[in-house]
Amino acid sequence: MIASVREQFPILHQEINGHPLVYLDNAATSQKPQVVIDAVKRYYEWENSNVHRGVHTLGSRATDAYEGAREKVARFINAESSEQIIFTRGTTTALNLVASSYARSVCGPGDEIVLTEMEHHSNLIPWQQAALAVGATLKYIPLQPDGSIRVEDVEAIVTERTKVVAIAYVSNVMGIVHPVKQIAEIAHRHGAVVVVDGAQSTPHMKVDVQDLDCDFYALSGHKMCAPTGIGALYGKKALLESMEPIEFGGEMINDVGLYESNWKELPWKFEGGTPIIAGAVGLGAAIDFLEEIGMDAIEQHETQLAAYAMNRMSEIEGITIYGPRERKVGLVTFNLGDVHPHDVATVLDAQGIAIRAGHHCCQPLMRWLKVSSTARASFYLYNTEEDVDRLVSALIQTKEYFGDAT
Amino acid sequence: MQLDDLYRRVIMDHYKNPRNRGKFDEDAVTIDLNNPTCGDRISLQLKVENGVVADAKYTGEGCSISMSSASMMTDAVKGKSLDEAISLANRFSSLMKGEAVEFEEYEDIEALSGVNKFPARIKCATLAWNALRKGIDAK
Repeated sequence: MIASVREQFPILHQEINGHPLVYLDNAATSQKPQVVIDAVKRYYEWENSNVHRGVHTLGSRATDAYEGAREKVARFINAESSEQIIFTRGTTTALNLVASSYARSVCGPGDEIVLTEMEHHSNLIPWQQAALAVGATLKYIPLQPDGSIRVEDVEAIVTERTKVVAIAYVSNVMGIVHPVKQIAEIAHRHGAVVVVDGAQSTPHMKVDVQDLDCDFYALSGHKMCAPTGIGALYGKKALLESMEPIEFGGEMINDVGLYESNWKELPWKFEGGTPIIAGAVGLGAAIDFLEEIGMDAIEQHETQLAAYAMNRMSEIEGITIYGPRERKVGLVTFNLGDVHPHDVATVLDAQGIAIRAGHHCCQPLMRWLKVSSTARASFYLYNTEEDVDRLVSALIQTKEYFGDAT
Repeated sequence: MQLDDLYRRVIMDHYKNPRNRGKFDEDAVTIDLNNPTCGDRISLQLKVENGVVADAKYTGEGCSISMSSASMMTDAVKGKSLDEAISLANRFSSLMKGEAVEFEEYEDIEALSGVNKFPARIKCATLAWNALRKGIDAK
């Protein structure tokens, strides 16, 4: 399977600094298969027009393509209906929408928003700002030494004052899959909603928002083979209907007067301006591509690769790997002795291997780990055991290089 | 891409054996700068007397490029007038643009010329120098 998958990603077939590219920065963004590139190209060549307004044929084609993509997203995460899928620029915009519209209207002074220290800045700052604006309190679920959270700690921290629990399904640094379904059950018992940051889960595993019983779920297209600039927010219908838009104008209006206006029904009331039509079309094509391979097959491939990577990387003398030993998700964050992650990333880049170095948009988590930055290798459906082998031998060489250079 | 262009022996020497690392007890001009994209940070202290950088120290965390650059910069500016220090900073900016510049007063700095071929790392090398400029502006 893997060879035929790789074949479909043109960018992978190039040399970087004289070596075949090994792309291991998938948690930052994934590469795009030819079918997605072609879908965007075809849209601009044959269908481009504005949506929901042209009487002409191209207007209908563009609208069908855009709304067709919405149905694919709804099916992909098993939403009850496509009207519960709001297209956004990505996970960050989706989470900001919930924080700005929902949280600021339901939270008052003394109410609580529950998070973890492990959240990506995009699932932390919107809540922090909402809490500051309305006088709500932020509470953090304590982390275990391996970065995991315990359900009993969630039980203890969520109270009748809790209005929102926001958590990533999969941590972008620790590779941990959080027990979102159980967290949702606890939150609901206390009358709180659960907001799930699905940026790192949606590309890698089967997601069923009805089974999770989450109230909101945010995802990014670009981490799952789609173009940048497109993502989605899922929400329970009653919640979305109760919320006010935060962007006004263009696509979202129903009737506009000089002194008052009202809005379209779901999902369009949240989609002000001309939407990211080509991006949505690309996301639809990416979902078709992933479903054809099968999310179960992708998950299985990555779980095997993660186990292989953990085994091989653990053998490297002086390496520190953050997070639990066992992991389902193909993501390994580490430090190589006292070699700075930037230096590691530069030496690897010289051998054509792309990894991420830095704080991964998780400064509070870096402080919790007591490091200023880390290196991260993250895998996707097109990565192979040979990629891991090249990573491991390059890391060993990096250690030697910095050892010898003194 | 030649790694040795970036990691010269002299750079690794400054990284492993940093000069002027530490803090002054008494009052000094203190500039805290960080690089938000990567987490590197420097706290630079300058003691300026009669328009001359009498002494300089730094603490911080970062990669070999940012920390060796800080080590060299603090060594190079000692005893220099503020104008001379600005001249050094200007020549360092030129060096990062790939221009041939000499640092006859502190030749180690020329070892950082290779950074120019690694665009993602230029911001590492310039962190300490940006702190120096801020410190001089503050005087």
